[in-house]
Amino acid sequence: MLKPMMFLLGAAALIALPHGLSFSQQEILVFMVINILLVMSYRLLTLTGEWSLGHVVIMGVGAYASALMTKNLGVPVPLGMILGGVAAALLAVLLSFPLFRMKGFYFLIGSFAAGEIIRLIWKRFREPFGGVRGISGIDPMPDFSIGFYSFDFFEPVSYYYFAGAIVAFCLWVLWRIEKSPVGLTFHAVHWQDKLAQASGVNLRAYRTLAFAIASGFAGIAGALQAHYVGTVNPNSFDIEVMVFVLTWAIVGGTTTFYGPILGCVLLTVINEIVLRGMGFEQARPLFYGAIMILSILFLPNGLESIVQKFIPRKSAAKSDRKAEA
Amino acid sequence: MMELLAQTGLNAVYAASYISLVAVGLVLIFGVMGVINFAHGELFMAGAYAVVALYADMHLPFFVAVPIGMVFVGVLGLVMERGLFRPLKGNPLGGLVASIGFLMILQSLAVMGFGVRMEHIPPVTQEVWRISDKVGLPVARIYVIVAAVVLLSALWYFLKRTRFGWALRASAQDPEAAALQGISITQTARIAMFIGAALAGVAGALTAPLVSVNPHMGHSVIVTAFIVIIVGGVGSLEGAIIASVVYAFVHTFVTTFSDGVLADIVGLMLMLVVLIVKPTGLFGSADRA
Repeated sequence: MLKPMMFLLGAAALIALPHGLSFSQQEILVFMVINILLVMSYRLLTLTGEWSLGHVVIMGVGAYASALMTKNLGVPVPLGMILGGVAAALLAVLLSFPLFRMKGFYFLIGSFAAGEIIRLIWKRFREPFGGVRGISGIDPMPDFSIGFYSFDFFEPVSYYYFAGAIVAFCLWVLWRIEKSPVGLTFHAVHWQDKLAQASGVNLRAYRTLAFAIASGFAGIAGALQAHYVGTVNPNSFDIEVMVFVLTWAIVGGTTTFYGPILGCVLLTVINEIVLRGMGFEQARPLFYGAIMILSILFLPNGLESIVQKFIPRKSAAKSDRKAEA
Repeated sequence: MMELLAQTGLNAVYAASYISLVAVGLVLIFGVMGVINFAHGELFMAGAYAVVALYADMHLPFFVAVPIGMVFVGVLGLVMERGLFRPLKGNPLGGLVASIGFLMILQSLAVMGFGVRMEHIPPVTQEVWRISDKVGLPVARIYVIVAAVVLLSALWYFLKRTRFGWALRASAQDPEAAALQGISITQTARIAMFIGAALAGVAGALTAPLVSVNPHMGHSVIVTAFIVIIVGGVGSLEGAIIASVVYAFVHTFVTTFSDGVLADIVGLMLMLVVLIVKPTGLFGSADRA
């Protein structure tokens, strides 16, 4: 009885949340919801033990694909968003052939190179990618009504509800994937790769699968962002954004499902609201960098390790898995 | 046409010399510390800003400003070793993230101290060394080439001929065995960080009057350095130098005959191809991954 109550209470709080905020904070909230999907899709990839530096560019692939399809081919926006995710996943499958010949550090650098090449191609070719300026005037999501609430997508609150619903659905899918046999195999590929291989698991196939699924959801996040902002350009998917995703994941911790969400929410609030509110406009990267360093030095297992202290039942299982590594 | 080829070749030699200074420093740090220093491009930037402060603003002679800048960046390297990499030993991903944090700190310090705009630095010398009417090399670029040759030769002598150099190479090869022989790993790490950072700093300081100095200049530097150390083989100093030369020639020629963005794409493709065909790089040994 307690669980559904908590769930309803949480949902009500999330629905009520934007009404207590200023306009600019509502906009930050929209981006935060999209970023949660981005970092959670990134986490799925890290389950197999690979850390990529190209994930934000993959998100950009979804954004560009959806923007181009809706603008040039007249595809309806909701379908464009799905196709954006599909395009990102397909590209990931293609990229997996060169990239998964590498592991660990080499994969990190290889994914960075692949991402930079894609970004430079957007920059270099004005047709169809728009060059340095990118694509502007992307169709917004058409307004619609569901009886008791009508969505007006010039309002960040409406887009927050819309994106929130999609992100919640995607998170639910990600959760189901992780708890399925496939998800357990992802864990095995990371922590017990020799044993998994000996048991007949095709490591390469599962790595590719995780990469494709993660990229697909990143692509959807990119499309959500593109149709909200209305423009995409190569610089909105550069390594600096990737650094943010990396820190959300690492500061939050990636062994639990809620870790990256925790990292994303807390760091966004600190960066966008606390530091901005205190008037440190130029010094924001300085504080942000210091927070990164301090958290990696003093909280190497992420914010989730603090939460786990208070929920001993779950932490026992997790620390078992860590001990194996 | 011949003249254009000769001129582009000279420009490539100049590019190769400062790229190799940066890349050798990065390889040295990776070899001894086992972490990728993402802030290496910002160390380059710090060297350039040292010249802005000392030479352009305080009017010290250029050749006084450069060594001070070099030592200053070397000290930054020591700070990173003590504050970040030593506590994070055995956690390469942690070291990487910490160096990204350090990068952001250096960048915003540069923005706060000097502003986001490009710095104007008075040229050190306007002289041009002429080979023919159309082919020549500005003397300021010759300084960079000479400095690279001298410093890298000195480093080679230090690593191959002195006891400290032996110790350094030993702890890069096998830290445990080196420690058993009485080599202080902490001490060698400190020396490697100082030298590695100082090389990036001196490259930044010497090229400051020749490039556009701004707080975000480190980005293209680190990308180039990554390409070079991957192509040359991570952990191989000779490989880094040879790869610098190869990369500089490819990049300069594509830039001259086509455009800069295409040259970047070609450079990254070069790195991807090497990663796919021979992930340990052209000169890397298989065991050090």
